[in-house]
Amino acid sequence: MANFYNDNDSLKHYLNHPMMEKIVDLKERNFADADKYDYAPQNFEDAMDSYDRVLEIVGDICANVIAENAEDVDHEGPVVKNGHVEYASGTARNLDACRKAGLMGMSMPRRLGGLNFPITPYIMAADMVSRADAGFENLWGLQDCAETIYEFANEEQKMKYITRVCEGETMSMDLTEPDAGSDLQSVMLKASKKEDGSWVLNGVKRFITNGDSDIHLVLARSEEGSKDGRGLSMFIYDKRNGGVTVRRIENKMGIKGSPTCELVYKDAPAELVGSTRLGLIKYVMALMNGARLGIAAQSVGISEAAYREALGYAKERMQFGKAIIEFPAVAEILSVMKAKLDASRALLYACTRFVDMYKIYDDIAKERPLTLEEKKEQKYYSRLADAFTPLAKGMTSEYCNQNAYDCIQIHGGSGFMKDYACERIYRDARITSIYEGTTQLQVVAAIRHVTTGTYLNKIREFEAQEVSPANEAIKNTLVFMTQQYADAVQAVMGVEDTKYHDFMARRLVEMAGHIIMGYLLLEDAERNEEFHKSLVVYVKYGQAEVEKHASFIGNFRPEQISDYLY
Amino acid sequence: MSLNIIVLAKQVPDTRNVGKDAMKADGTINRAALPAIFNPEDLNALEQALRLKDLYPGSKVTVLTMGPARAAEIIREGMFRGADGGVVLSDRAFAGSDTLATSYALSAAVRKIGNFDIIIGGRQAIDGDTAQVGPQIAEKLGIPQITYAEEIISADNGEVVVKRRIESGVETVKAKMPLVVTVNNSAPDCRPRNAKALQKFKYAAVPSEVAADEAKKEFIEKRPYLSIGEWNAATVDADLAQCGLAGSPTKVKSIENVVFTAKEARRIENNDEELEALIVDLIANHTIG
Repeated sequence: MANFYNDNDSLKHYLNHPMMEKIVDLKERNFADADKYDYAPQNFEDAMDSYDRVLEIVGDICANVIAENAEDVDHEGPVVKNGHVEYASGTARNLDACRKAGLMGMSMPRRLGGLNFPITPYIMAADMVSRADAGFENLWGLQDCAETIYEFANEEQKMKYITRVCEGETMSMDLTEPDAGSDLQSVMLKASKKEDGSWVLNGVKRFITNGDSDIHLVLARSEEGSKDGRGLSMFIYDKRNGGVTVRRIENKMGIKGSPTCELVYKDAPAELVGSTRLGLIKYVMALMNGARLGIAAQSVGISEAAYREALGYAKERMQFGKAIIEFPAVAEILSVMKAKLDASRALLYACTRFVDMYKIYDDIAKERPLTLEEKKEQKYYSRLADAFTPLAKGMTSEYCNQNAYDCIQIHGGSGFMKDYACERIYRDARITSIYEGTTQLQVVAAIRHVTTGTYLNKIREFEAQEVSPANEAIKNTLVFMTQQYADAVQAVMGVEDTKYHDFMARRLVEMAGHIIMGYLLLEDAERNEEFHKSLVVYVKYGQAEVEKHASFIGNFRPEQISDYLY
Repeated sequence: MSLNIIVLAKQVPDTRNVGKDAMKADGTINRAALPAIFNPEDLNALEQALRLKDLYPGSKVTVLTMGPARAAEIIREGMFRGADGGVVLSDRAFAGSDTLATSYALSAAVRKIGNFDIIIGGRQAIDGDTAQVGPQIAEKLGIPQITYAEEIISADNGEVVVKRRIESGVETVKAKMPLVVTVNNSAPDCRPRNAKALQKFKYAAVPSEVAADEAKKEFIEKRPYLSIGEWNAATVDADLAQCGLAGSPTKVKSIENVVFTAKEARRIENNDEELEALIVDLIANHTIG
């Protein structure tokens, strides 16, 4: 039977990363749940075995249910009926399978009905779901809004809402409005406090993924007369209470199974999450970080699908008396696709491990004071997660688009027809570098870590690792690339012009990205020789890219920026 | 009203993905080359049982299988999907059973389980394709049977209502419980394995699987829900003369590897002459013999 977990050894490779032991021990609080819940692990090996086997269930459902329905869902799409969304029939079947398999609320604690999985295996599930149907990942993956409830809501709200998510209710994050896209500070949806102290919401939201969900997280203006982000608070709207209707769903280019809704709030009752005024500056930032990781997973899943479709076609398609994969021009496209895919996945799971570490420490800190050593680690990983999340979202989504493009290229004229999965993959990929913050906004978030040295410090840590003699040469290349990067950072920052910094930011972030992904693949190849080819191909690719940026920066006179600006 | 439901399941070689090494030189199945799986139609049967359990809370679903100890794997598989437990009927004495001896042994196990309302099995197993075991069990137990079921609609007041697939469409029939129902592959697919159930039951085992492992034995003893029954001929008071080879009137004369080459369908009229001509043809080309 087809299985998206068993047919993809790199997932197992990252599941068995050496850092997992510490993550799991901390996440399970030294297995304190073992005697409290009949499904809790007894020890590390037991936990790992459970992740492995649950991911195998996910792989089964992805291959045999979700992927099978993907084409029909793309054609059928959801519709609005009486102010509510009706999913495509395949989407409903996908959701039913995920609910029955207990794959909702995977990362939530057991006391709230979850599986208490670390983020890393949860994101592996997201990786596979996205490969099967990127649009469905949006519905299923919105379960990570529960993370935000878990982190910031009160105990009563956690018990009320998270338990429902774990039983299979879906979520949405209602942030965007017609005049507040990338600039969320302009959100206008009005939250008014009634005399009895309860809240109601009035206004319009736009582009809301799965906008007719059961449980909504809503960003609204609670402070009348305020204009910026500090007047915004976060609320939970429960569909059971009514008050929100879907006015229309967008007709999109891709991810067509995922309903993108325009919502009208009319005196919709809502509950405040945490404190007022922290909605955007604290809670949405946390929410977006989780969502960005989700999009990085979605991008990797789409890259995987694109690579496999391309590979399969190139092996079958005969021209000039042989399979087209035998032509170097075609083989090169495929090997670069594979290298970008592997580099993306390496970066994704490095990021999830950092996120796991700091989030678990944050959670432990609610139970007991952390030791000095633990606090240090919490800070270290929190910073790395902050640096790697925009990098991962930015790089993986661009690569997923490139891979989708190349997938069609491999298919030639057939790829331009509606007959192959590659055209759906191409359309689905396009949104990944746009939503949850465009690539340009990821650069804005990442550039801080260029200037403050988070990336360079991490690169130096990689550099300090011993490697086997066979990989020495590649490491030397990475060391050389690092020097080019450090020089470029210095050259750019030496110019006192913030516009010039913004202009060059993308190049610097990408340089850091290539070096980091190169080192991550080196680490993978040291552990598993299956990664050797991708390591070589990726470092060759990254080396040329770094060279290109270094050359551009080196040959650029700061005043030439005027030729670019409008 | 809660029900006691027995699901008959068989662990079979996965004959849907047959490679070149699927058969041994002597014409028997090369089990090592084929993965052992839950017989597909038995999964359709399990789904019907689990739907009844959803419909009648408190119902109990027990999976019964005959085979070696490793057949416990499909009991666990059933538990991951929602069954409450199961029994492996395992004894050297059952080796070489044809369908008659199999249904004798299974009916003895059913009697031993005792209290049951419905026995549900797949129509047939993909290794033998006989579709005989379910009906024979009903006969041996002297209870009604409904075959080719697609949906068990209800089980109220001692009666089941079942939709069954027939050649010209579907028909809805009613029968008294207890009874045997065999389920067609046109019935809904079985629900997936559940993540919590998998983590809860993954160490479930029959005693012989953990005999050599004291720690595992103790772990299971503390958690009775992990214990899968393991019965032999004596446990179910089986008459050895009716078991295994001794109890099997089927005698295999020889086995031939038949490779189908004809691609076209042939239509015959429904009359004695054409049927007889077909039989003569089939004997002549060794399709039947």
